[in-house]
Amino acid sequence: MSSGTIIFVLLIATVTVMGFAAARWRPGNLANLDEWALGGRGFGTLVSWFLLGGDLYTAYTFIAVPALVYGAGALGFFAVPYTTIAYPFVFVVMARFWVVAKNRGYVTVADFVRDRFGDRWLEVAVALTGVLAAMPYIALQLVGMQVIFAEIGGAQAVVFEQIALILAFAILAAYTYTSGLRAPAMIAFVKDALLYVTIIAAIVIIPAKLGGWAHIFSTAALSLKAHKPPGSLVIAPHQYFAYAALAFGSAMSLFLYPHSITSLLSAKSKRVIQRNSALLPLYSILLALLALLGYCALAAGINVPAPYNLAIPRLFERFFPDWFVGVAFAAIVIGALVPAAIMAIGSANLFVSNVLREFSPRRPAAETQQAKWLCLAICAAALAFVLLVPVPYAINFQLLGGGWMLQVFPSTALALYTRWFHPKALLAGWACGMIAATWMAIAVNYKTLFPLPLPGGGTLIGFIAFYAVVVNFAVSIALTPIFNGLRFARGVDCTAAADYA
Amino acid sequence: MKQRRAWYWLLLLPFIATLFPPLYARTDPVVAGFPFFYWYQLLWVVLAALVVGCVMVFAKERDDV
Repeated sequence: MSSGTIIFVLLIATVTVMGFAAARWRPGNLANLDEWALGGRGFGTLVSWFLLGGDLYTAYTFIAVPALVYGAGALGFFAVPYTTIAYPFVFVVMARFWVVAKNRGYVTVADFVRDRFGDRWLEVAVALTGVLAAMPYIALQLVGMQVIFAEIGGAQAVVFEQIALILAFAILAAYTYTSGLRAPAMIAFVKDALLYVTIIAAIVIIPAKLGGWAHIFSTAALSLKAHKPPGSLVIAPHQYFAYAALAFGSAMSLFLYPHSITSLLSAKSKRVIQRNSALLPLYSILLALLALLGYCALAAGINVPAPYNLAIPRLFERFFPDWFVGVAFAAIVIGALVPAAIMAIGSANLFVSNVLREFSPRRPAAETQQAKWLCLAICAAALAFVLLVPVPYAINFQLLGGGWMLQVFPSTALALYTRWFHPKALLAGWACGMIAATWMAIAVNYKTLFPLPLPGGGTLIGFIAFYAVVVNFAVSIALTPIFNGLRFARGVDCTAAADYA
Repeated sequence: MKQRRAWYWLLLLPFIATLFPPLYARTDPVVAGFPFFYWYQLLWVVLAALVVGCVMVFAKERDDV
């Protein structure tokens, strides 16, 4: 066993112990859903910063963004404006959501929809969308781990990779079951510390060895031209709209995901969320630097097959000493475990609070236990998904979920400000948006960009989620006055203006 | 009170700066080896954080909305 493998195993063992020990952190009654799923809503600025950072910047960060930049060039850099504009949005909109959730005791975003519109079907639709979108996202974390296990496994990769993956997920499911959100919150400290050390080391060491950034960019530009389809260092005019739509659409949907909501609601106060809107961009800088490591891999002549997920692990193996490769690989695997746990918790909450409860007599005492079992089931389903379904681009995997997630925007984020829409119109708009997103994704063979035919001929390449939400809005706006005119029942709004203050 | 609320308009700046790629989809000027496209967007990560920080500090009394 090499020193790298030993360090890797030690680090993974450490976080496993931490995950189980987290049950004793900040003592609370873990049979209570607020305590198990939201850490008792008591996390301060620092814990929230690590938790949100560990949650939002996932194995996706380590593997898929640089892989996309490695494969397609500048277009992959959309992750940077995406994670820039997400925070002003959080500062205003999600802070407002935190307040109403605190005042009314919501655990999920669908709880808010139920209260705001008094419409059970809209609530269920929003909840199922969250679960549906989180599943590929959890699977994406598994893809991230798989890449690393395959690298460590070497010649016996296939068998080793699958055993390691099953083992890692069994452990993850077990400590999430016992400790709830406290487990990822505690592990997030280790994850983020390793992440910062790895990226900073990479940025200091690798460009210097490759002859500086100017040389890296010019060499990368040459290799990108040879790709099929060719990539470029700066996006071309026909990509402008797609680039902006990807950034905007992704930013608007990021905080609708169940795992983002779960982490947000675990904050102690609105101030904690607002402070973090100014502090979390530190992770975005890290993400940008990571993305640029994709060019370093090109400049270093690292040749990996599409979907290029191996570009960064190979880059690390080339330039880091063996023991540090162990650290870097552990960072990626732990970077997948933290968000996967939160995603499983968030989806379980949605399913229990907003689907099961709607169709069965309300039994709050059993609710936490149901959520815990579901959390296990979701982990198992995500594992089966990854072992059985082959997907070319890890990032597209997540963006397909993004196409769906954005469809709840009108009934959630917007509903924080207005109740103008008729709930049934929102439901119809949501259904059309979901169908449109799915249809477009299938039409382009599971990619994120769709060439929209223009009336005057030609096409406008744009982000599927964005096009679908336009359809969604159009239907909701058109049907609202019709449904009002037909006197379709509008549910009762249980929230009062004071709840938002 | 009205004036404090005006600070919130600043939050639109990061959107305007990053969602119009014609503003920055170019190579020159290159700084420290980085094409403009890259350092401009990196710079906006920092600027957006500063904008959010400023709004938080200066619009503090509007906390309740």
